[in-house]
Amino acid sequence: MKVSLFIPCFMDQLYPDIAFNTVKVLQKAGCTVGYNTNQTCCGQPAYNAGFKAESRAVCEKFLSDFNDSEIIVTPSASCAGFIRNYYNEIFSSSALSWNIQRLTKKVYELSDFLVNILKVENLGASFEGLATYHDSCAGLREYGIKSEPRKLLQHVKRLQLTEMSDVETCCGFGGSFAVKFESISLAMGDQKAGNISATGARYVISTDVSCLMHIQGVIENKNIQVKSLHLADVLASGY
Amino acid sequence: MSSVSPSSVFNVKSNEKAKDLGHRQTINFNIGRYNAVVPNGKKQFSDLTRVRQKAKNTKWRAIETLDQQLELFEKNISARGVRVIWAENADEACAAVGEICKAKKCKSIVKSKSMVTEEIHLNEFLESMHIESIETDLGEYIQQLDGEPPYHIVTPAMHKSKEDVAALFARKLNTDPSLTPEQLTLVAREKLREKYVAAEIGVTGANFIIADTGSIAVTENEGNGRLSSAWPKTHIVITGIEKVIPSINDLSFFWPLLATYGTGQQLTVYNTIVSGPRKSDETDGPEEMIVILLDNGRTNIIADAKARESLYCIRCGACLNACPVYKNIGGHSYGTTYSGPIGSVITPNLKDKGDWKHLSYASSLCGNCTEVCAVKINLHELLLHNRHTAVEEGYSTLSEKLAWKLWKRASLSRKLMNTGSGSLKNKVVNSMFKSWSRGRSGLRFSAKTFNQLWKEKNGDE
Repeated sequence: MKVSLFIPCFMDQLYPDIAFNTVKVLQKAGCTVGYNTNQTCCGQPAYNAGFKAESRAVCEKFLSDFNDSEIIVTPSASCAGFIRNYYNEIFSSSALSWNIQRLTKKVYELSDFLVNILKVENLGASFEGLATYHDSCAGLREYGIKSEPRKLLQHVKRLQLTEMSDVETCCGFGGSFAVKFESISLAMGDQKAGNISATGARYVISTDVSCLMHIQGVIENKNIQVKSLHLADVLASGY
Repeated sequence: MSSVSPSSVFNVKSNEKAKDLGHRQTINFNIGRYNAVVPNGKKQFSDLTRVRQKAKNTKWRAIETLDQQLELFEKNISARGVRVIWAENADEACAAVGEICKAKKCKSIVKSKSMVTEEIHLNEFLESMHIESIETDLGEYIQQLDGEPPYHIVTPAMHKSKEDVAALFARKLNTDPSLTPEQLTLVAREKLREKYVAAEIGVTGANFIIADTGSIAVTENEGNGRLSSAWPKTHIVITGIEKVIPSINDLSFFWPLLATYGTGQQLTVYNTIVSGPRKSDETDGPEEMIVILLDNGRTNIIADAKARESLYCIRCGACLNACPVYKNIGGHSYGTTYSGPIGSVITPNLKDKGDWKHLSYASSLCGNCTEVCAVKINLHELLLHNRHTAVEEGYSTLSEKLAWKLWKRASLSRKLMNTGSGSLKNKVVNSMFKSWSRGRSGLRFSAKTFNQLWKEKNGDE
């Protein structure tokens, strides 16, 4: 299957390795991966800050960059969830409305795409260690995945999984919230780090680098010996 | 008036509470108890989703036809001798109460728990008239003794441990500081009984205004609401206009929903429907009943077709209990009558967007509030909507506007996004966002973007 890759702006700037791991995983699953080098961002940051007009301009660019794609896959439930849930509203009663309706139906988060579209759960990955999976709020409530990433991880050889308490509670990232309301975000992150640490896991895995960036920052600052990994990092290991 | 803005007060208080581990422990403990019992309450519904949808649709109909519903209510209840007063704002509502007090030569009032009376600051107003106003709900009584506003819309003293309450009673009422919660309750009960006997007027809120029968319904667990409405010679009800439901039959699902989402009960212990003062052939009840219908900004919310949904709220408090922000900063940091997600949604619209828009931003938009809302209000989307209207109406700062203009420019140009080395970006971004790196390790930009690395590997597609 030919898929168009969308790499979130955070990941593009800070974590290119995860993006390459995503490519590796998709190729392993038998996909031909295309990447439009014009792409930038889905438009979510400005939308969440209230700047709808600025956001819309970037959403339009996304549309023009991906209008011809048959399937768009992204290693982010947050971006995919945003496109699926808010593009229709942003472009409602505009001339682009029809294109947008088509576009939003073609966007998939990585684990959802692998498990529900390709019907692949075992990628032949192998990764040694005890890990806990962090549900991003975007994955859990906005996009609606919970079992998919876990199914993929259960098939990773030598990986042991354990669940943390309050697993459905937000880690405290929340975009500009993390800098605007630093202490609240950190208090939430502190409790998340505590719950991760209490499992004894060495790794925390998620579908969203935005959460992981924040969680990693908090755990490093607290000197907790846990490493955060993107789902794609683990699924691309051992082969 | 103080010149300190609500937003800086919020920042100071929330910062302090977020770091207060004792507070975190008490709240997590008390909300943990709530979380443990809610599933029991939910068991009474064979199809909970449908009940919640039905409740939402019913409130939708009530709010879309609010004018007709309220007039029907007024017609029906005034036919039984109840006076209905329409108050546009807090001052008008307080003034109406003040006039009744003067006419009745009232020296003391007993009050059942009511967020609307908190909203209009009725107790302070009555105090200025030298009228004693006693809170009769135990949690609210505790808060009044301590000189604090309610911390939570359902459980006003949620932030206090039983030891805190014993110490408070010892300080204010000279009781033995080792009293148990049961003994403390008996002390409060004894004190309050005297007040009921003396009070000329009882004040209650209303959980529901029932249009088709012309009644109000009060939900509670202690019997103090029933006593406040039935014992004194005059009963004043003060309620927001959005509390209306079209029919008395709607209570068949609103009562269990409110109980389950509020406290995990199937039904609260007392549910009272009051349709008028005592009739000539009845032995109980007040001689006179007055209902004050309060707008106080609610019609501003109706004017915004999207935000209107926030008026469906039945004040069960579930969104507060589910909110990680609320749990970390507590009810008092908000500086509002209504705290938590619903408070952050309605306060900027009830009051002033410029003063209160920060509350719409003080959320990670995790969506848990929307998930737990008894009547399925899309709370986190309404926070987002508030952010949009705040920007559209020009409430954002120049630096914010500039920052997002720059963001837009960069995001429209792949070339700009590939400009600058990783180390330069690290320097710029980490110094711009000091509040990121104070409590977290700094951001580490890649030397090259994925985009650049891909092109180096695969060429420009």
